[in-house]
Amino acid sequence: MSDLTLMLIKITFLGVLWLFVIMAVGVIRTDLLGPVKSKSGRSKRSAEPRRAPAPKAPRGRRNEPRALVVTKGPLTGTTLNLSSQPIVIGRAKDATLVINDDYASGRHARIFSDNGRWVVEDLGSTNGTYLGQQRLTRPQPITVGQPIRIGKTVLELRK
Amino acid sequence: MEAPTALPPVKRRNAELVMTLFAIAITLFAMIEAGLTRNGEMPPSLFLYGMLFGGLAVLAHFFIRFFAPWSDPLLLPLATLLNGLGIAMLWRLYEATGDTSGGSAMNQLILTAASMAVFAGIVFFLKEPRTLQRYPYLMAIGAVFLLLLPLIPGLGQTINGARQWISLGFTSLQPSEFAKIALVIFLSGYMVTKRDVLALASRQIKVGRFKVLDLPRMRDTAPMAVMWGFCIIVLVILMNDLGTSLLLFGTFLAMIYVATQRSSWIIIGLAAFFGACAALYPFVPHFRVRMVTWLDAFRPDVYCTDQYLNDPEAFCQTAGNSQQLVQGLFAMAEGGMTGAGMGGGKPAYVPEVQNDFIFSAFGEELGLTGVMVMLMALALLVERGMRIALASKELFIKMFASGISFLLAFQTFVVIGGVTRVIPMTGATIPFVAKGGSALLSSWVMLALLMRMSNNARKPAPQAIQDEGATQVISR
Repeated sequence: MSDLTLMLIKITFLGVLWLFVIMAVGVIRTDLLGPVKSKSGRSKRSAEPRRAPAPKAPRGRRNEPRALVVTKGPLTGTTLNLSSQPIVIGRAKDATLVINDDYASGRHARIFSDNGRWVVEDLGSTNGTYLGQQRLTRPQPITVGQPIRIGKTVLELRK
Repeated sequence: MEAPTALPPVKRRNAELVMTLFAIAITLFAMIEAGLTRNGEMPPSLFLYGMLFGGLAVLAHFFIRFFAPWSDPLLLPLATLLNGLGIAMLWRLYEATGDTSGGSAMNQLILTAASMAVFAGIVFFLKEPRTLQRYPYLMAIGAVFLLLLPLIPGLGQTINGARQWISLGFTSLQPSEFAKIALVIFLSGYMVTKRDVLALASRQIKVGRFKVLDLPRMRDTAPMAVMWGFCIIVLVILMNDLGTSLLLFGTFLAMIYVATQRSSWIIIGLAAFFGACAALYPFVPHFRVRMVTWLDAFRPDVYCTDQYLNDPEAFCQTAGNSQQLVQGLFAMAEGGMTGAGMGGGKPAYVPEVQNDFIFSAFGEELGLTGVMVMLMALALLVERGMRIALASKELFIKMFASGISFLLAFQTFVVIGGVTRVIPMTGATIPFVAKGGSALLSSWVMLALLMRMSNNARKPAPQAIQDEGATQVISR
């Protein structure tokens, strides 16, 4: 073995060692930023277990909402992914979306899916839930982009 | 409230497989490099090592794939890399030189296999680590018992001046390696119940109008006093085991800080520990020897040059002369930036290089560049542990995972700090790397606990059968 070859082997080995560290950091990266550019591959896989318990829900409509977004109020920017589970909004600790708002009740309103349509229902709150300008008196279906106001918080469905 | 924008849970088992295979490849690469550099030929047993070590690691991967599928994907590859580098270095030190009297890579490989079997057993049987919370005081008694075991006459052994071994006839064990895990379990359970009183009850010390320190009440300092007394009296004075003492007390301080977020605990603890060390200095001879070999390592009578060989005042007769430390420093200096290449250095100049000083062998042969990779791997392992603590919901698991991470971090610091002469030389081992069954086994046990906790933390919550929100889901 010539010295040059050994030297090259040595440098390669150190390079390989650092490559391992860089790959390991790459694995961690997904922890912080989510999977990269693999919308088709990974998101499908992770969505599967969620889809499994509700096979009846008719899927594939274009205008289907995917997330509930807070557009006004202290929680502005918060996003909740919609699943088949109902979303309870209120001040109570066990609510799905806990809003810290003096005008909200403990269990203020509920948003749930009824065969693919999303419905908002007031759970007997003190100050009421507003769909647009109207106070809710009974459960009403909502569509993407319609503002739902609870106290100082405004939410809407997004695709 | 749960973070509503949480990322979708992912398993990433394939990433783990790729990284594990990569770690195995690195191990074999290191052996090839050592064989080519030293003997000018490929290692004759390369295939055997590849099959055995590679087989073990891949087996561990498939075990995780089936029994802990949601666990962190980086834990196993990092452990495999560290363990593999250790085996490669031992192969280079013994098999490649033809002298296997001091130890052998094959022996280490067998110990690795046994450790991985224990690892698998823990991951399989301990489905819920929180069940360990039930027996905190039993764990404390167990830890103390294990720590005191080497003091029993006839059973305990003194190796290299430290009384930290027990002999079991066919083999010798280092019970403190297991005591530290039991101690972390105890501390986690204890902190969960006593957290509030330790965090809140306080007396403020003011200088003028400014708050200087939040002192805990006298009676709340009892656990710290017990811990301090134990670390100082038993470990330092009776057993001359400064490494374990530093490790346990450091972990204790870190955990109490994590639980209470009060810096006064750390200030009091460190002051008490270093105060005790300073007070011990004139009275405990073996402690003084340790300090002198650290501070004056290059003094000829401490190093024990030939001229002082017969001088009774010099350190030649004691186990604590500084030859090992100084030779290790020279070896690392020789390594420089890129090192001499695996097999290119002369690590045998350092006495007992296979234990704590395996780090200096890596420093000599891989240089700073390679040693930093080892440190990065250990740092990533600790980071993953902290991440598990953050992701867990239960307080006990949070404390437990962070405690184990601190244990790994402090152990690394105590060893490498000792080898690089930042702190006095102690008798701990680098996790996963150094030779020795007890150390290897306890490292894999800690990895198994982290693995199980991360699996439970990352697993998505079970779905309710009814979609009404009224059904409470109880996870098991």
